[in-house]
Amino acid sequence: MTDRVPILRIGDVLLVSIQVELEDQMVMDLQDDLSQRIVDTGARGVVIDISGLDVVDSFVGRMLATNAAISRMLGAETIVVGMRPAVAMTLVELGLSLKGVRTALNLERGLKLLRRLAAGPADRA
Amino acid sequence: MRDYAATGAPPESLSVGNSSDVVMARQLVRTLAQRTGLSLVHQTKLVTAASELGRNMLIHGGGGIVRAATVDDAGRTGVYVEFEDRGPGIADIELALTDGWTSGDGMGLGLSGARRLVDEFGIESGPDGTTVRIVKWGR
Repeated sequence: MTDRVPILRIGDVLLVSIQVELEDQMVMDLQDDLSQRIVDTGARGVVIDISGLDVVDSFVGRMLATNAAISRMLGAETIVVGMRPAVAMTLVELGLSLKGVRTALNLERGLKLLRRLAAGPADRA
Repeated sequence: MRDYAATGAPPESLSVGNSSDVVMARQLVRTLAQRTGLSLVHQTKLVTAASELGRNMLIHGGGGIVRAATVDDAGRTGVYVEFEDRGPGIADIELALTDGWTSGDGMGLGLSGARRLVDEFGIESGPDGTTVRIVKWGR
């Protein structure tokens, strides 16, 4: 039995803060849990904080991209926040640019971006 | 590539048979990279490459052995990691090293991506298994 990544709800935003080293099964479980929580709560936004991850490989990168796509189909925008500089450099060299995944420097900016997106496309910076 | 396994310090080894072993292998490589004094970016690239190769070994080779050691060469110090499995081997190595090529449900970045992240990369594959060797040098 593996651990699960907790999903917190703040208003209409779901917050996923990954603080432990991810096993593949946890990554798969998170995908299931998150889509179910979006449906259950009617959340409009998801923030995934990866500041605790010192490594993001193609498996985790793919999960972030897939989660963003699934969430969008369920009516929620996903913002990935807190990526470490060394992780960003590694992902680009690995060939994973995470197209289709919105990112923000930190949690505060991620929440701001979600509010802006909710306000409508005209307000997008 | 040179046979660093024969020249370096005795390697630390770990058997990989499931996905939590891949996490352990990552930790083994990270500890060694830190001890060797690799920069944070180099550590991150090496550990990411090890994660890709460890998972590859598990999925395609049915698991295997990871060996890692600090190595020296011409005044440089680096980390050598070897992934050895007894799987069916890779039929076409050139094809497997192509970006985007995948035999499974991955993104096809495992081998090619890992190769870009390290300084030296060697692969041998036959019907008795596959061995991938990588080195990341410190600056």
